[in-house]
Amino acid sequence: MPETLLSVENLSTVFTLPGRALLAKSARLTAVSDVSFCLEEGETLGIVGESGCGKSTLGRSILRLIEPTEGRVVWQGRSLTALSKTEMRKARRDLSIIFQDPVASLDPRMNVGQIIEEPLKIAEPKLLRGERRKRVERVMDEVGLAPEMINRYPHEFSGGQAQRIGIARAIVTEPKLIVCDEPVSALDVSIQAQIVNLLKALKERMGLTLIFISHDLSVVRLVSDRILVLYLGRIVEIGPRQQVFQNPAHPYTQALLSAAPIPDPVVARSRERTALQGDPPSPINPPSGCGFRTRCPIAREDCAKDLPPLAKVDADHQVACLFWTEVRADPALAAG
Amino acid sequence: MSLYAGKRQALEEAFIERDDAIPRGKPRSVSRDALRRLRANKAAMTAIVIFALIVIAAIVGPHLVPYDFETPDWSAFTAPPSIESGHYFGTDQNGRDLLARTLYGTRVSLLVALIATTVSVVVGVLYGAIAGFAGGRVDSAMMRFVDVMYALPYILFVILLMVMFGRNVFLLFAAIGLLEWLTMARIVRGQTLSLKEKEFVEAARAGGVSNFAIILRHIVPNLVGPVVIYATLTIPEIVVTESFLSYLGFGVQEPLTSLGTLISEGAAALGAADWLLLFPGGVLIVMLLALAFIGDGLRDAFDPKDR
Repeated sequence: MPETLLSVENLSTVFTLPGRALLAKSARLTAVSDVSFCLEEGETLGIVGESGCGKSTLGRSILRLIEPTEGRVVWQGRSLTALSKTEMRKARRDLSIIFQDPVASLDPRMNVGQIIEEPLKIAEPKLLRGERRKRVERVMDEVGLAPEMINRYPHEFSGGQAQRIGIARAIVTEPKLIVCDEPVSALDVSIQAQIVNLLKALKERMGLTLIFISHDLSVVRLVSDRILVLYLGRIVEIGPRQQVFQNPAHPYTQALLSAAPIPDPVVARSRERTALQGDPPSPINPPSGCGFRTRCPIAREDCAKDLPPLAKVDADHQVACLFWTEVRADPALAAG
Repeated sequence: MSLYAGKRQALEEAFIERDDAIPRGKPRSVSRDALRRLRANKAAMTAIVIFALIVIAAIVGPHLVPYDFETPDWSAFTAPPSIESGHYFGTDQNGRDLLARTLYGTRVSLLVALIATTVSVVVGVLYGAIAGFAGGRVDSAMMRFVDVMYALPYILFVILLMVMFGRNVFLLFAAIGLLEWLTMARIVRGQTLSLKEKEFVEAARAGGVSNFAIILRHIVPNLVGPVVIYATLTIPEIVVTESFLSYLGFGVQEPLTSLGTLISEGAAALGAADWLLLFPGGVLIVMLLALAFIGDGLRDAFDPKDR
């Protein structure tokens, strides 16, 4: 019976933007709003959404790299959000992150060995120098890098190699959870496959739990067990991968899926597509009621009144749409 | 899941493609790359050689010259430069050998510049990095303090410090260093603001590194380029400040001398004994030019993009 590793409860992250004039009221940008979900040990949760929908902020808020404004993050029964800064630093050895830009995430003044060993020094300060170096070399080997590279500097590597260094740094403390923030979107497609396979293999081998943030549905589909769809910082749909991909219940999910490219031109030409019009509304001034109603093909008057609650489609599939039964019954309605 | 564990693992191993093409040559750190570019810059390398010669002359020169900087030669007052008498640069009105005085003055000027620059770099880098990294109100308060310091007239400070430190030139210049750090702090703060948004800083935080350690291990090393460049430009500034203050009579006191004092004395004797101005003035100009070229070369070496 897999146990709940992480539960996120009503998490909100609000940024206060500086006012333009001296005494102007500062604007508030709600990047993540009232997000709750649970994560079981060993599963991979894919977080998808357009750029600016709060995916990265959510990932960083869970790790408290950005302080969440409201809500709790409970890690193995302990509330991370209640920990002091020092305690949080200790807890970080179990939590890790992989970044989007592989080169920018490596300090150009440090060599590979120094980069990878940095979190290890903090997690296990008693480790002797030689042992630490051995650990670093072993981890490098595990991510498919030659241990002889240990004295090299980040700018000497290709993007794929740099991302492997980032992954090595993320796993060197043997964490349980890794937040992967668009780990492959800055890489060439051929390299993307390598890195995705590497992450999957590491996950199997080390029993990792992953939060996989991406806007690339085909990548998310490949790695995730469950999918969380975010729009304007809110969950619009969350459920098992099969269900979300094959039988989406929210018009936004449908639109996202229909916008994803299909590698087969025959299939691609024959399918119906719902192109969303315009950009998402500003998170500084979100629309009343359902955030998606300004772009939703089936929006009605009721949608502007209240926030649609998360309704249960079945046991672990939830959707935030008042009319999800209709969407489900007639996908063409949303495709309209 | 344990069924076929061995086979699964073998498959998996085969599945992970390795990417271990090792880059060629020796490992190239950022500083090593910069040095390589600097070495290719002829003007800067020439300037470094000239500056090194001046430094060496200032350190060992006074011991090699047969005359010392304060004892008069009773047989030669205001003697023009001549090879026979051994006064290659001539003597001043008190019969002191100008070559010895110039070498000694260069030594004092350089020492003073070194002290003041070191103080300004240490204070400026730490202050700027802390302000930039802390951000928000702390940053505003710290930078407003810098603005206030900027607004106060420099010479007023110098006079106050003169009263406090009296004749101790070295303490005086350590104090001048404490004024010179303002620009350094601004430069460093600006750089820190952009550095702290970089993902590697976030990665360090995710690894549990404390803020202070992040500043020392990630921010400060990445500031080396701009700091080194600005420091090489501070040295001539301090040399000029020292000359200016000595010219006004605030700086180095007799019989100790510095380039500025020598120039001030030489200027008074212009027309009667031109060499008293020409030799120390020439050394100062060559030194300042060399430092300017070195600073330029370092800037090109550290940021090849902004040429």
